[in-house]
Amino acid sequence: MIGGLFIYNHKGEVLISRVYRDDIGRNAVDAFRVNVIHARQQVRSPVTNIARTSFFHVKRSNIWLAAVTKQNVNAAMVFEFLYKMCDVMAAYFGKISEENIKNNFVLIYELLDEILDFGYPQNSETGALKTFITQQGIKSQHTKEEQSQITSQVTGQIGWRREGIKYRRNELFLDVLESVNLLMSPQGQVLSAHVSGRVVMKSYLSGMPECKFGMNDKIVIEKQGKGTADETGKSGKQSIAIDDCTFHQCVRLSKFDSERSISFIPPDGEFELMRYRTTKDIILPFRVIPLVREVGRTKLEVKVVIKSNFKPSLLAQKIEVRIPTPLNTSGVQVICMKGKAKYKASENAIVWKIKRMAGMKESQISAEIELLPTNDKKKWARPPISMNFEVPFAPSGLKVRYLKVFEPKLNYSDHDVIKWVRYIGRSGIYETRC
Amino acid sequence: MPAVSKGDGMRGLAVFISDIRNCKSKEAEVKRINKELANIRSKFKGDKALDGYSKKKYVCKLLFIFLLGHDIDFGHMEAVNLLSSNKYTEKQIGYLFISVLVNSTSELIRLINNGVKNDLTSRNPTFMCLALHCIANVGSREMGEAFAADIPRILVAGDSMDSVKQSAALCLLRLYKASPDLVPMGEWTARVVHLLNDQHMGVVTAAVSLITCLCKKNPDDFKTCVSLAVSRLSRIVSSASTDLQDYTYYFVPAPWLSVKLLRLLQCYAPPEDAAVKGRLVECLETVLNKAQEPPKSKKVQHSNAKNAVLFETISLIIHYDSEPNLLVRACNQLGQFLQHRETNLRYLALESMCTLASSEFSHEAVKTHIDTVINALKTERDVSVRQRAADLLYAMCDRSNAKQIVSEMLRYLETADYAIREEIVLKVAILAEKYAVDYSWYVDTILNLIRIAGDYVSEEVWYRVLQIVTNRDDVQGYAAKTVFEALQAPACHENMVKVGGYILGEFGNLIAGDPRSSPPVQFSLLHSKFHLCSVATRALLLSTYIKFINLFPETKATIQAVLRAGSQLRNADVELQQRAVEYLTLSSIASTDVLATVLEEMPPFPERESSILAKLKRKKGPGAAGTLDDGRREPGPGGDVNGGMEPAPSSGSTPSPSADLLGLRAAPAPTATPAPTGAGSLLVDVFSDSPTGGPPSLGPTPEEAFLSELEPPAPESPMALSADQAPAADTAAEDPGVPIPEADELLNKFVCKNNGVLFENALLQIGVKSEFRQNLGRMYLFYGNKTSVQFQNFCPTVSHPGDLQTQLVVQTKRVPGQVDGGAQVQQVLNIECLRDFLTPPLLTVRFRYGGAAQALTLKLPVTINKFFQPTEMAAQDFFQRWKQLSLPQQEAQKIFQANHPMDSEVTKAKLLGFGSALLDNVDPNPENYVGAGIVQTKALQVGCLLRLEPNAQAQMYRLTLRTSKESVSRHLCELLAEQF
Repeated sequence: MIGGLFIYNHKGEVLISRVYRDDIGRNAVDAFRVNVIHARQQVRSPVTNIARTSFFHVKRSNIWLAAVTKQNVNAAMVFEFLYKMCDVMAAYFGKISEENIKNNFVLIYELLDEILDFGYPQNSETGALKTFITQQGIKSQHTKEEQSQITSQVTGQIGWRREGIKYRRNELFLDVLESVNLLMSPQGQVLSAHVSGRVVMKSYLSGMPECKFGMNDKIVIEKQGKGTADETGKSGKQSIAIDDCTFHQCVRLSKFDSERSISFIPPDGEFELMRYRTTKDIILPFRVIPLVREVGRTKLEVKVVIKSNFKPSLLAQKIEVRIPTPLNTSGVQVICMKGKAKYKASENAIVWKIKRMAGMKESQISAEIELLPTNDKKKWARPPISMNFEVPFAPSGLKVRYLKVFEPKLNYSDHDVIKWVRYIGRSGIYETRC
Repeated sequence: MPAVSKGDGMRGLAVFISDIRNCKSKEAEVKRINKELANIRSKFKGDKALDGYSKKKYVCKLLFIFLLGHDIDFGHMEAVNLLSSNKYTEKQIGYLFISVLVNSTSELIRLINNGVKNDLTSRNPTFMCLALHCIANVGSREMGEAFAADIPRILVAGDSMDSVKQSAALCLLRLYKASPDLVPMGEWTARVVHLLNDQHMGVVTAAVSLITCLCKKNPDDFKTCVSLAVSRLSRIVSSASTDLQDYTYYFVPAPWLSVKLLRLLQCYAPPEDAAVKGRLVECLETVLNKAQEPPKSKKVQHSNAKNAVLFETISLIIHYDSEPNLLVRACNQLGQFLQHRETNLRYLALESMCTLASSEFSHEAVKTHIDTVINALKTERDVSVRQRAADLLYAMCDRSNAKQIVSEMLRYLETADYAIREEIVLKVAILAEKYAVDYSWYVDTILNLIRIAGDYVSEEVWYRVLQIVTNRDDVQGYAAKTVFEALQAPACHENMVKVGGYILGEFGNLIAGDPRSSPPVQFSLLHSKFHLCSVATRALLLSTYIKFINLFPETKATIQAVLRAGSQLRNADVELQQRAVEYLTLSSIASTDVLATVLEEMPPFPERESSILAKLKRKKGPGAAGTLDDGRREPGPGGDVNGGMEPAPSSGSTPSPSADLLGLRAAPAPTATPAPTGAGSLLVDVFSDSPTGGPPSLGPTPEEAFLSELEPPAPESPMALSADQAPAADTAAEDPGVPIPEADELLNKFVCKNNGVLFENALLQIGVKSEFRQNLGRMYLFYGNKTSVQFQNFCPTVSHPGDLQTQLVVQTKRVPGQVDGGAQVQQVLNIECLRDFLTPPLLTVRFRYGGAAQALTLKLPVTINKFFQPTEMAAQDFFQRWKQLSLPQQEAQKIFQANHPMDSEVTKAKLLGFGSALLDNVDPNPENYVGAGIVQTKALQVGCLLRLEPNAQAQMYRLTLRTSKESVSRHLCELLAEQF
């Protein structure tokens, strides 16, 4: 189990140090600083073994979080915990920065006491934590009942939701957030592509509502399709194959296993209902067509065409194309029809930005790059052209079919709940070789 | 150096550097650098002309970026352009960039060389210095090729400034160290020596460094530097501290220069000129005197500088090794340091004393400090100093103080650091063996050793004690008794059990008379340890048990029961199981006679080089081994360094006694020893001057027989070659095959003589008669058919294995293809030696005898010493040359046991036969033999000095050879060592 947890700033100074077990000494703090943060070569592995001690670290902006153990622990568990820890801290004081951590160190120690006990992860649900770890301090109005309620909630079956929540307006928001990853050859052949998506839900519901979520998962559709044979043809096309998915702890997995239905009692507020990944039948929102021509030793001509490949009624936003330039670039001239393009020397790339672009359109940029002759015989490696964008649909093709809410004890029904669904597709690593 | 004016400071560079320093993360730094690189690239684009200032600034930025660890692949051209600038700062940055960044393969090297050349020929001393520094900093072969010829000229030119001379000397030193072959020697060398007289102390310091390096290669060219160095040294040493204004360091006049001069003098033998020598001795005395004066300053720098000069002086005294007075004074001075507060001084004092202990003059003086050293060993806080103290004790040990030192070391061993325990164990073992007056003391010491530090006692140590006990009748009883007592301790080390098991198995009968150590008691004592031991020890104990059955028949039943027990007969370890089964069967089947024969007492071990010594050398590493050898090189006149039982040349390692208690290996192998036949008479007329009439025994020694069994299919017997090889025998150029096992031994007989019987078996006898003059030789081979049947297809051929082809030419005359029964044919061989060689050529004789093909491969008795020309020289010459050849690789030394009676006449004859001249009245000890000669080859001549020191008391020899070539030294040493 986790022996200790340290938080460092970018210089390697310790901001937070919490040791849970005796086998972790003070020198472990320094060992990590010397061997990872100040290492001569950048350490890329998230797990480092130093003198029979394992260090698991994640980095958030300039802050290092490191969990330390001498035991053979489940690394996935430790990382899950570290990510959760980041989420909890972000939920309490916003961005994780050196300043914020220094300002909230008492709170962080308090949190650490709560979410780890002798190195074993405990309840790390933000909603639950917020009921008893507050930034204002415990008010004296807290009645005995409330305190016993906290106890029963924390130790009870549904640790993520307390009883007696009441809203005037029962409302819920559902966001399908996807990031699409692509590697394409210069000839336009897809070398690898996958979508990793999340379903994030924000619920403002009274009581202890039982929710049921449905989407166009292939298996579910086919199962239902057996009943109504004529529908198979129509909906079969729109169903998607999900490679793997994980759920929030509130989802009843037994029910998912037996009926593949996703039912749960949601926590109050925002949470991530599920994560999934698909690799088949991905809708690629953009196609990048590069054209690179070397003119002699000192000149390079680059032409890049992008084509949007979705319904013309939809608008893509925040489009950014990044065209790498050789390391001996001495000057760049850019001409583009749409958006703005600029040579960024500090990143060795031409960055082309377009605010908005409708579907089924195309746009192009051409650049002339002047090169400085070097005595290096090495050829330029031609890194791929990468792209960023945001589109208002799910590139995996996932559709929310329904989200039903049942609350038998209170007198509101499914129809009274206001539901909002939104799809956002973003680019992950979206690259085309040139 | 011109001061950088304010306006020259590069603001852009300063801003850039402060930007980088302010970067919060690595990523930010990389971004900033990328931006700057792009900026510089756009500035360096061909179409714009840059002024010198911006060029310098950007080149500086590139340099900074490079030093941060980023690759720079442009800007070289701009840097080279800076070289032609007239401004110092621009030129300097250009040179800086080039010395840091330009590699030798760059195509710009020609342009650079041009710039450097221009500066070298300019009259501006600053520019010349810059160019010289650049050459030295780059120091590549290309640079060397381009400028090696110019620099000596600048160095000795009369009009060069002092600073230029200084730079030139250091630059030349660098080039010489990088590629010695490039620096041409010429008349400038003589003038370099005169730089020692320069007014400017900086020039002198630089020149001394250069000369010290150069004279190692060509000592004769720089011989004149000795007197100059001595006079320079004496001027420094005798000067008041205020004389050398700038070069006085904390009241010590020019300490660095003094140390360098003293080092330079250590490259040479003591000066012959009495005046120079007197002056030098006076200097050395002054330094020693100064050490006694109260310090002029309390500052540590003062004492450091003073002591540096002092230690270098002492090492010069040790190097000369000829001034007893100075040596003793040095020793006393070091003795004072032994109790100094400063740890480093104590360390250095102990280290220097170690070398002093080996000098015959100061050995006694060193011995007076024994108590202090022992005290240091006990109380010193620093482990490295303790280690030196142990080394010194080892070096100063001789017969008179061996007991004290060994007991102190044993006592220290109990508390010694783990790191040096094994080394101390080895040292104790060696000293105990070497200086053992009575062997009971030796046995006690070693058993104590095992008791105190059993874990650190290596195999070699306890093998050795077993060998010595086995070979000495007088200690066997004592050893058995002591070991028996030692085993009675409740917990004893496994090594003790091993030694005990072996000794009781062999000599348990010697103490069986005492009821306290009756056979059953002995057995039960050993068996009580049995279950706690490792497999190897248990195997040894099983062998002990079977020996007990032979020694004490009354224990037979008990032991058989033990062997029969399931834990032995069905042991998981196959070795134990096999031993148990075999011993059990042997004891129950064999009659007492057979048993007594099989389990007879072990025969004495053949004397070999002590493997402990080899182990110690190995442990200390090559560098340290040298100092260890130094410690034992020069014995005092009466000091008996090799009194023990070291040496004897041996190729095989000590066989593990544990493995063959039964003596199966060491017992004479029942290989057929061909009885010497009288057929030698057949050829006897040829060898009118052959010293022995009788043919030599060809029987292999037991070890060789044993080794030959191990060797794969060596054609030991000519018959082994099947007939299908016969047709091939006609084609002369054939694979010579592996020489017969005796070939080496046969060869050894001919090292010191030129004529005799090379080989003989039932069919054939080969005789040799040879003569050698300079690098040429002629050899007559006589092949005698000892049978009455004709040999057919008789074809002797000579082949050159390895690269001998390029080292030796052997021309053979053809011989008739048939040799009649009882007849003899003669073959003439003309030999020319081109280079020194190590392996002799092979002689392959093929013939058909009675239809069967025979093949035989021998080593032709041509060894390097055959081309030895004796040289007569006087004692003084001899010692001077001896000192000149003092590099460790030039010397080969061997200490070995005499195989033949030590007769001085025979020895002399052998040395003369070996080819060297015998020089009388050279060595102070008339017992010793000293010889000199030159190995003549076509390509080169190798001078060779040898010294043989017999020790009649211990029946040992020490042979030292010094030649100018390492391989020759070693080879000659090996050859000659076989002869005594």
